[in-house]
Amino acid sequence: MNTLILWFHKIGSPPTFHRIATRLTPWLYACALLSGLVALYGGLVLAPPDYQQSDAYRIIFVHVPCAWMGLFAYFFMAVNAFIALVWRIKISGILAMASAPVGAAFTAITLATGSIWGKPMWGTWWTWDARLTSELVLLFLYLGVIGLYNAIEDRVQATRAAAFLALIGIVNVPIVHFSVSWWNTLHQGSTVRLLGPSRIDSSMLWPLLLMAFATHVWFFASVLVRSRISLVELESGKDWARKVALGSEARQ
Amino acid sequence: MRYGTHTSACLALVRRDLLLSWRRRGDALNPVLFALMVVVLFPLALGPEPNQLARMAGGVVFVALLLAGLLALDSLFRGDHEDGSLEQLVLSPHPLPLILASKIAVHWLITGLPLILIAPLLAEMMYLPRTVLPTLLVALALATPLLSLLGAVCVALTVGMRRSGMLLALLVLPLYVPVLIFAAGACNAAQSGLPFLAPLLWLGAALALALVFAPLACAAALRISIA
Amino acid sequence: MNEWLSMGGYGSYVWSSYAIFVVVLLIDYVAPRLRGRRMLIELRGRLKREQKRQEKSA
Repeated sequence: MNTLILWFHKIGSPPTFHRIATRLTPWLYACALLSGLVALYGGLVLAPPDYQQSDAYRIIFVHVPCAWMGLFAYFFMAVNAFIALVWRIKISGILAMASAPVGAAFTAITLATGSIWGKPMWGTWWTWDARLTSELVLLFLYLGVIGLYNAIEDRVQATRAAAFLALIGIVNVPIVHFSVSWWNTLHQGSTVRLLGPSRIDSSMLWPLLLMAFATHVWFFASVLVRSRISLVELESGKDWARKVALGSEARQ
Repeated sequence: MRYGTHTSACLALVRRDLLLSWRRRGDALNPVLFALMVVVLFPLALGPEPNQLARMAGGVVFVALLLAGLLALDSLFRGDHEDGSLEQLVLSPHPLPLILASKIAVHWLITGLPLILIAPLLAEMMYLPRTVLPTLLVALALATPLLSLLGAVCVALTVGMRRSGMLLALLVLPLYVPVLIFAAGACNAAQSGLPFLAPLLWLGAALALALVFAPLACAAALRISIA
Repeated sequence: MNEWLSMGGYGSYVWSSYAIFVVVLLIDYVAPRLRGRRMLIELRGRLKREQKRQEKSA
């Protein structure tokens, strides 16, 4: 058989996935922490204050990467949900359900930091503009997937139902964004732009991109850890899972 | 009538559902009463001043009807699930999407239509200008079937769960947001003298898409839940 | 140093944002591990009970 297909099949095998995940995650976390710290240093210390927003703009270095991650996580979840539903690949189902809480966390950070940033900049904690409202609905989509997954007893059925919901959600995200944008233009309230300068200086750009990289790596690390744990739980009847459970006791 | 055809099966199902709800016709009033109560609460909370209430009238009426419809969604599959006929429907040789489309249609007839009929009363209670009423009714005629169709997909995912009320609301909200925005938006636009045709057309387009795809999605969801 | 901490007067906003970022990701790190540990304890208990049952019936 083609070695690539063989390798792909091996990844899907639960004990192999567990072994790879266990070995990979410490490196991923180390990479995320290191790049994150460098990015934080670049953003908080090295980058000069913005001429419009002074030092308050530095919230951008956490707010924007988290916003990107919230959307990326949903895309990752939806792709895996599709694979799990159509081709019934167990690992994809587990990956999809593992990425939901991480995506929700990033979306929550986005909303909170955005709100805090808005207070000094726009004078208000919240505004019903298109982006914030769509982000709030995205959080509800995540919570719905997590809630549905936890509400069903049978784990396999729960994965399938929540995966289906995730797919409905991803069709809904552009629709919500479009409708909220339309609604926003109808109500000509305070149309404020989120970023002051239209083009971003390179000294501000690299910490932003580096932090985006760090959050991506963190996302994958977190998803692998959660998937690894879910896998042992779901396969607890199998021999390899028993060995893992008893082996971890010997280590403790 | 020829037996065994898809049409006859759907007609039989429609007749059965109508008969069952006729036997408990008091239940059909529940969503209506709920919507009524919600709309009564708003002037009590905001004050009786007509201009202020009129400004919010379209939105309040829509939210009240949306919530009432949400409460009524549960009855779509509950009865059939409890006596086991839902599984029979899923197993039947007739196309499940078609069967579900008939069920959703009857459900809308029983729950959505009364809500539309009571909408003028609710609008009056909120001092909605009479000129806006036709727009409101058209928007409702387009939005309530849409809400039934979208809601049905989510109910299919939570069928059989005991305390599914809060979860259902959470699942359905992201789907309802665009519908509410366009429907209430059309009303508010008409009230402000702005063009209101565009959001109504969007609603119409969404309804056309939902009529085709929602029964398919609902069937898939039901197959997952019933497993 | 103090000037850097005050962040041009916006210190409370900037630092609370970063604090939320760190705390939420910390929770994201810890929560699955706690759940995993609890799960492994339950699993081991179940396996030991099964083992005892098999030994008894053997």
